[in-house]
Amino acid sequence: MHLKHWLGLFLLLVSVTARADLEVTVSGGETGALPIAIVPFADPNGTNFDIAKIIEADLTRTGQFKALPRTDMLATPSQPSQINYANWRQVNMDNLVIGQLTKDANGRIKARFFLMDTLRGQQVLGYDMPAATPDRMRSIAHQIADLIYQKLTGIKGDFDTKIAYITATGMGVSRAFSLVVADADGYSPHVLATSREPLVSPAWSPDYTRIAYVGFDHSQSAIYIQTLATGKVRKVVAEKGINGSPAWSPDGRKLAVTLSFETNPDIYIIDLESGARRRLTTLYSIDTEPAWSPDGQNIVFTSDRGGQPQIYQMPVAGGDPRRLTFQGKQNLRASYSPDGKSLVLVNLTDSVYRIALLDLASGSMQYLSDGPLDESPGFSPNGNVIIYATQDGNGAELATVSLDGRVKQRMHQAGGDVREPAWSSLSP
Amino acid sequence: MNKKYLIALVAAVALAGCASNGTKNGSAGAAGSEGANGMNGNTNGSPTAIGGDAAAAQAAALEQNKIYFAFDSTDINADGENVINTYSKYLLANPTAKVRLEGNTDERGSRSYNMALGERRANAVKSELDAKGVAAGQTTVISYGEERPADPGHNEAAWAKNRRVEIKRQ
Repeated sequence: MHLKHWLGLFLLLVSVTARADLEVTVSGGETGALPIAIVPFADPNGTNFDIAKIIEADLTRTGQFKALPRTDMLATPSQPSQINYANWRQVNMDNLVIGQLTKDANGRIKARFFLMDTLRGQQVLGYDMPAATPDRMRSIAHQIADLIYQKLTGIKGDFDTKIAYITATGMGVSRAFSLVVADADGYSPHVLATSREPLVSPAWSPDYTRIAYVGFDHSQSAIYIQTLATGKVRKVVAEKGINGSPAWSPDGRKLAVTLSFETNPDIYIIDLESGARRRLTTLYSIDTEPAWSPDGQNIVFTSDRGGQPQIYQMPVAGGDPRRLTFQGKQNLRASYSPDGKSLVLVNLTDSVYRIALLDLASGSMQYLSDGPLDESPGFSPNGNVIIYATQDGNGAELATVSLDGRVKQRMHQAGGDVREPAWSSLSP
Repeated sequence: MNKKYLIALVAAVALAGCASNGTKNGSAGAAGSEGANGMNGNTNGSPTAIGGDAAAAQAAALEQNKIYFAFDSTDINADGENVINTYSKYLLANPTAKVRLEGNTDERGSRSYNMALGERRANAVKSELDAKGVAAGQTTVISYGEERPADPGHNEAAWAKNRRVEIKRQ
């Protein structure tokens, strides 16, 4: 087996190859974005951890919040009794987040925060978060952002979730691939597997515990499932030819995959418990990139049966595929929104590959990115942000875009191309 | 040295291999001038190989192991046909030799679709080798899609180098 699992060594690798930082770009107006002021937390014991900055980055990434710049803050209260509400009403900040960090005797950090309604002069939320070691504080920050987000939007936050992605470094004989898991904002990356041969198509199990991906072993592709807690790897299928595009069924019991051993690339459903396999598509064309509808009833996939790759949908039970995309030269790699009402996909028009949303009821398409080489889009767990891979002059990197296309964040990464982001489900 | 002349020399090596049991192809030599000027891409010519140069020429010709494609295409052009001819003769003359056909694409389009497109390109090359009588067991197909570019650039010049099938001797 060529894949080497360096769980014990990942910290070393991470420090060299996978240090992430984040750059936020907001374009367009701010219509509909909720004003919020997130005051730097009081830090009497000198933790030097800027938790407010992480909360702010999480909330603004969605495009649903507009944060007050720190330079415009007239005061920095950390307790409700310190707030002069008129100050905040003057700058139209209806929502105010304040708090403080303290250290306990064991060096663990305790975060306390309040979400205040400045119009009513009332507390909306107030929590003492569980004490955590410094390395867990980013997760605490994401949990606070989740609580605020859910309170103000009524939608469950998904900031304290994980993404998986692939990195590639080097060329020719020195080319190396890594499967990496990181926080949803790109920080705290952990290398799960490395290989000299391509690693492709990571996909989270719905229960958050396993990742399916494609690897190559002695020049033969195979689909693997790795359990995160144990690092244990299971080879699911390694037929002659392509073994690709694993996609978990919503109940986690099956994988839709692409296999080419019978004639040409077709979609198959594999029952993970019994190993039983059923061929779903049969046409003499490329059929690949299956994705399940949230109700588990339908599969969308990419097929060039009409000459160019386009998106088709068919029942998992079998039946006639129906073409869904008619706009642009090509449409590729579709996946469903969590509510099942739209698809996010890659659209090729005028030599530019862009991320687009397809509304399934109306058939209308809306562009979310500018290209020219954007790929691998997917919805965040609550469906309010799209993650994708994009090219700039330095290589491939990951980006997120809000559903209105207005707010984009890029995750830069030193050393190598970053691609194929896969976002985990919400924490169970 | 003219690339096609090298290819002609390889043809000679291949035929010399056949000739070792005394059944030298009657057309050998007749096509020498074609092989030498190479203008029409005919690689069936068989100029007389001289000593150790033949082995070197064969090795040099087999180094031309890449077949290039247009965007989203599996059509094989004349240069590609030359490479396939060289290898079909090598494989026919060396029945125990094996090659791996590695299909690759440029970075445009989705990765899984490109994995399929790379396989389709490698299969197109395999079909031609099959048609020329190469035993099926001598060729294996694998696709790397867009994962192993020959040129890391993000422009048409790089993409043209990356849309390829590489024939690798095993």
